[in-house]
Amino acid sequence: MNELTIRINKKHSEAFSLTVDLLLPNRGVSALFGRSGSGKTTLLRCVAGLEKSEDGEIKLNGKSWQSANYWLPAHKRPIGYVFQEASLFPHLTAKGNLDFAIKRADSKRKVIDYADVIDLMGIAPLLEKYPHQLSGGERQRIAIARALLIQPEILLMDEPLSALDDELKHDILPYLENLCQRVQIPILYISHSIDEVIRLADYLVILENGKAVEQGATQAVLGKLPTTFTQHQDTSILITGTIIEQNNEWGLSTLHFDQHRMMIRQGDENIGDAVRLRVQSRDVSISLSEEDNSSILNRLPVVVDALIKDPQDPSTIMVRMLAGNTPILASITALSAQKLKLHQGQQVIAQIKSAAVLR
Amino acid sequence: MLLSAGDIEAIWLTIKLAVLVTLLLLIVSTPIAWWLARTGSWLKAPINAIVAMPLVLPPTVLGFYLLIFLGPDGALGARLNQLGLSPLPFSFRGLVVASMVYSLPFVVQPIQQAFSAMGQRPLEVAATLRSSPWDRFIHVALPLAKPGYLSAAVLGFAHTVGEFGVVLMIGGNIEGETRVLSVQIYDHVEALEYGQAHLLSLLMVAFAFCVLALLYAVQKRSNSTTSIGPY
Repeated sequence: MNELTIRINKKHSEAFSLTVDLLLPNRGVSALFGRSGSGKTTLLRCVAGLEKSEDGEIKLNGKSWQSANYWLPAHKRPIGYVFQEASLFPHLTAKGNLDFAIKRADSKRKVIDYADVIDLMGIAPLLEKYPHQLSGGERQRIAIARALLIQPEILLMDEPLSALDDELKHDILPYLENLCQRVQIPILYISHSIDEVIRLADYLVILENGKAVEQGATQAVLGKLPTTFTQHQDTSILITGTIIEQNNEWGLSTLHFDQHRMMIRQGDENIGDAVRLRVQSRDVSISLSEEDNSSILNRLPVVVDALIKDPQDPSTIMVRMLAGNTPILASITALSAQKLKLHQGQQVIAQIKSAAVLR
Repeated sequence: MLLSAGDIEAIWLTIKLAVLVTLLLLIVSTPIAWWLARTGSWLKAPINAIVAMPLVLPPTVLGFYLLIFLGPDGALGARLNQLGLSPLPFSFRGLVVASMVYSLPFVVQPIQQAFSAMGQRPLEVAATLRSSPWDRFIHVALPLAKPGYLSAAVLGFAHTVGEFGVVLMIGGNIEGETRVLSVQIYDHVEALEYGQAHLLSLLMVAFAFCVLALLYAVQKRSNSTTSIGPY
């Protein structure tokens, strides 16, 4: 019973309809990932009650918000909603915006303390200012704080970073990460940025043309062979591990995951930190020899799990390998696959040229 | 040259009329403007047109129809008569009703515009903050529409002060009851009392200028705190 059920059947136009039937965990961050026009925002608005689907069922923790003959209006749903643009009330100060939520919050439920929210979002110095005196990132932090202070049972975030430039995104992501780890409520997070998904999401739903084409734990979904090859070049996987060693002489950190070790360029992480790495499939190559005679540091013994051709680009093949339980994808040329005689079950060495530390 | 007792009486009557009409119109116009700003109904165009009619109709035409409509044999006048109420034409109350019709577009339109300009977003935001429809209206829509209300009040007031044709048609020229400032000026001119006419006219010009200057000054200042923009 303790989960989020989202069943929506909504016809938008002749060309587009949203048809999803999701059962999401009631904890952690679930990302809804897809391009613009895939129906992500419509889905979130249906969950919030801002839009109605003729036919649908929305249920959280056993309580129904919508069913065949029942409809709970948005203002009665225990949600917090963060819009793409911060949408603060311009006639109120930052504090006034927060008070708007505090006054109307459900007094029976305490998700987070006022002081914690202020601290978490780092907004203490901004409270007396009006929205037009704040930067885009500051406004969005206030908006997130406001959505939390309503003491919601679920936090809905509609691409909260998309209206910000890269620098601001970079500034605000750590706040979001802290938030995602701190609050005990589920977060439904819409994004079209794979980086954000890898940094934040535990659970991932991929939407395409109003349908959920993949869903599951983030790592597992990203490690699946793509069903459509349109994003071939951008395909990325997620490696989560712990820093176990740091070599200051070479400026490298060693990461441990699934009985494997990887070296990454040393950043601001410390020994014992859990990190998330993004590895793009085009940065992974395959070698048959165990001999360490290349410049690539990270050579992982893996087992080939599957191969798939790109119908649009016959010269490329995507290879799925398993390093323990962690899937790794490599995008290589068909010619190389032929030369190496790659097949399922084969033991090979995956050479990872570079990895981005996202957290 | 000083104002005569009649002049002062006319000024006082005009202010009383304008204040009353403005207050009543702000109340009446709010639901009309709200509906016009949000509806997708086919009725929107005809209702908009009806509201805007006084803008293009000659005041005498408006006054003429009101006179017929409110007169003892008119559709509404007869009904009021039955209820034992005194007829509206040539009374202060009649003037109030006529002025409300005449100034309606000047009050509805700025408010309607303010409601349209804020869009759906602030209300949706409020809804996700557990704010009921009524609460949203009072604490979000009204404050955001404040500049619109200000324009509406100023324009409605100023326009009522300045009306002449409708007043003459429906109110006539009864001292202390319907003789407002514009009619008083007309009387002075008729009687070739150009000095008095000058004085009152100058007062009106100064009043109009002050009101509009104030309006623009306030509008400029409140822009930043009411436009939802990218905030």
